[in-house]
Amino acid sequence: MIWDLLVPGLMLAVSCVGLAGRRDVYTSLVTGAGEGLSMLKSIVPSLVILLTAVHMLRASGAMDLLTGVLAPVCRRIGIPPETAPLILIRPISGSAALAVGGDLMAEYGPDSLIGRTAAVMLGSTETTFYTISVYFGAAHVKGTRYAIPAALLADLTGFLVAAWTVGTLF
Amino acid sequence: MTWIWTLFLLLSILCALCSGRTAALSAAALEGAKAGIQLAITLAGPLCLWSGLNRLMADAGLMEKLARLLSPILRRLFPDACRDRQAREALCGNLSANLLGLGNAATPLGIQAVQRMHLLHGGGPASDEMCRLIVMNTASVQLIPATVAAVRAGLGAAAPFDILPAVWVTSLCSVTVGLLAAKAGAAWAQ
Repeated sequence: MIWDLLVPGLMLAVSCVGLAGRRDVYTSLVTGAGEGLSMLKSIVPSLVILLTAVHMLRASGAMDLLTGVLAPVCRRIGIPPETAPLILIRPISGSAALAVGGDLMAEYGPDSLIGRTAAVMLGSTETTFYTISVYFGAAHVKGTRYAIPAALLADLTGFLVAAWTVGTLF
Repeated sequence: MTWIWTLFLLLSILCALCSGRTAALSAAALEGAKAGIQLAITLAGPLCLWSGLNRLMADAGLMEKLARLLSPILRRLFPDACRDRQAREALCGNLSANLLGLGNAATPLGIQAVQRMHLLHGGGPASDEMCRLIVMNTASVQLIPATVAAVRAGLGAAAPFDILPAVWVTSLCSVTVGLLAAKAGAAWAQ
């Protein structure tokens, strides 16, 4: 019930706040949708290239091999082995992670355990290495000290907890 | 990315040669390219809707309102930086943009905050507070993961947003562990 009304309610609430602030709500929405389209345009080429690679990896059996090798470790810590490729690529590339995660959801179904776990992993983690290089690079900070290990530990926690919460909640 | 792409290709060709699945490989390449466009089309509508809503949130001043609410929490996490008005505003803006999922607004504000903190810290390697900021940004504290929900919706999920509680629990745990790890790192460095 709450989830049914979440998006419509949010849209209404934000529109009301905009109205109260005397903003041109409709123009903002349309401008934003246009921005979404240009953002999409910028990620489509990499999605095409990366999904080509992902499908080749799957057809060649490389994905199965990787999943098989990591399966014992994954099972021990309670992560579906099929999500292992997603975990490996997530901190490195956002579009590759979207390609791998989207592929998992399409292959196993968005409401399957694997599909849901992939969705939660994607939704609750970031492209760690990219973020660190952008932030520290722009500020010309040389020594990152313990930032990378701490961020990676947070990612690892995210992957584990994603699998556990999906396992318990669904 | 060049390395990743080349590595992927090499791996798949090697594996196909070993397993004798070479015939499937070129078909899979074309199939994958098709899947890329399909994923993009799946995403397109919901992503545009969400970007529209995001722009409205920004225009309606929701980010500033949230930033004011968050300010007391951030004062505790970043006591040094918050003494400086410019750094505090960038920090609050960065966190609230992240929470609302306004990626376009979050990154410049985050960079601004790091630059200001770097200046206040007098250069050198990253300070403890800068590491903390990085951890908060890499651990994703987004309230509504719109892109993932868009993929789920496009693939026909019964309720695309029913993953939200799981996402919140997961994000909260990973941010907490990240901040604790940063704290341990800071203690160990001393």
